[in-house]
Amino acid sequence: MTKRVVITGLGVVAPNGVGIEAFTRALKDGTSGISYHQELKDLKFSCQIGGIPPVSDELKSKYFTDLQLRGFNSSGILYGCISGIDAWKDAGFILNRDSKLDYDTGLIFGTGTSGVEKFREAIYKLDDGNVRRLGSTVVLQTMASGVSAYLSGILGLGNQVTTNSSACSTGTEALLLGYDRIQNGKAKRMLVGSCSDHGPYVWGGFDAMRVMTYKHNMEPEKGSRPMSATASGFVPGSGAGALVLESLESALERGAKIYAEVLGGEVNSGGQRNGGTLTAPNAEAVKRCISKAVENAKISNVEVDVINGHLTATTKDALEIQNWSDALNRSGEDFPYINSTKSLVGHCLAAAGAIECVASIIQLKEQFIAPSINCEDLHPDIEKWLHRDKILQTAQQYDFNIIAKASFGFGDVNACILFKRFIA
Amino acid sequence: MTKDDLIAKLKIIVAPYVQDEAAFKTLSEDTDFVSDLKINSANLVDIILDIEDEFDIRLENEDMEQMLDVKSAMAIVTAKLNG
Repeated sequence: MTKRVVITGLGVVAPNGVGIEAFTRALKDGTSGISYHQELKDLKFSCQIGGIPPVSDELKSKYFTDLQLRGFNSSGILYGCISGIDAWKDAGFILNRDSKLDYDTGLIFGTGTSGVEKFREAIYKLDDGNVRRLGSTVVLQTMASGVSAYLSGILGLGNQVTTNSSACSTGTEALLLGYDRIQNGKAKRMLVGSCSDHGPYVWGGFDAMRVMTYKHNMEPEKGSRPMSATASGFVPGSGAGALVLESLESALERGAKIYAEVLGGEVNSGGQRNGGTLTAPNAEAVKRCISKAVENAKISNVEVDVINGHLTATTKDALEIQNWSDALNRSGEDFPYINSTKSLVGHCLAAAGAIECVASIIQLKEQFIAPSINCEDLHPDIEKWLHRDKILQTAQQYDFNIIAKASFGFGDVNACILFKRFIA
Repeated sequence: MTKDDLIAKLKIIVAPYVQDEAAFKTLSEDTDFVSDLKINSANLVDIILDIEDEFDIRLENEDMEQMLDVKSAMAIVTAKLNG
């Protein structure tokens, strides 16, 4: 008998809102977190806009000691720890640096790369023959599992503590890995999520690939245009999302607030076959991932009320819509409501899955559909598969039970998960 | 530089790394960085770098190995300054 798994805590550091309250407001108001960055222009980026969460020094000092902040230069770890600590507190736990080691709780916090700015600092010193002067934290800030190391120490977690990495599906995958562990009785709780650094050293490679938009430098908030006929590439973002997953019995025993139930999901890969490449998805595998997720969740296609898509604002958006339509066997007016959180925060890369899972849970818990902005000029190919009323330009209250979230990543990897409203 | 001046300077340098404030208040020549001040041993390399910057000296690996308490730090810094 496998355990039921629910969500009892949320935390988020997003370009359009730090903290669940601010992020919820931004989702309801359709507030964009995308802004112009002179630094990108100075470095001759084609795309000079991006999403960076507003984190003040004052806020930092609420989460980190002065010693931890000494020589600290890893924005991903910063965002990850803030979101993780917030989620932990939101789940009803107190932060106590002398707390008893908690063997029942683990941590799976993903990232693509860690501390690139710190790494850059170190490389300059090292190439200058000064390896001896790197200081003690270069390894901790630049190892992939740095965020998990910092966070698990702050919270005192004693179950599995690790970091996963699967490009832009990282956060959604982390959630499913944590879900599996609780479902199989290996942990009572798993803090899961993902984070991504901001800035030119993470974003530059994408700019070079010409997959980021260069057409909206003068109107940043209009730049992220998933599903639009005038979409011309994604807008880079950054931040972190975190969720406390817990067995239903543990949550009920604690009298915890329950946001939603994780019904199940699926991760797979297209193996870079049948049209899949390092950068493009194998559509057959995407559809299989969605279908298997629905099957694992023990629901039927018609029960999916809302979809929070991957939808980055590249030419692949129409293909994604077609894949959802084929996998769920639903189209036109029968297609579920669908939105892209990326229209508001940009593509937060490794953090995208976690931030968007948090956005999905908020919509489910508060019973509304967030707007998917900047697609008033819906791409004509997309209208082949769904009726335009299924995409909202302003938030709408909606009484619904199930939301599907999918994330896809470079390397032809896929993750899809289903959340259900929890009614005690 | 007098002994008191040197201790005062070292005190400012180690302050950010100290985990035991009570021991820090009564810091003397006999204070041990790790066992008394509860400084994380990984941070000893950061203290070394801060000492190098403050006194404009260079500390070698052998110096580092010995710099485990206030007394040895004072001795090494003094020797470098006079060297």
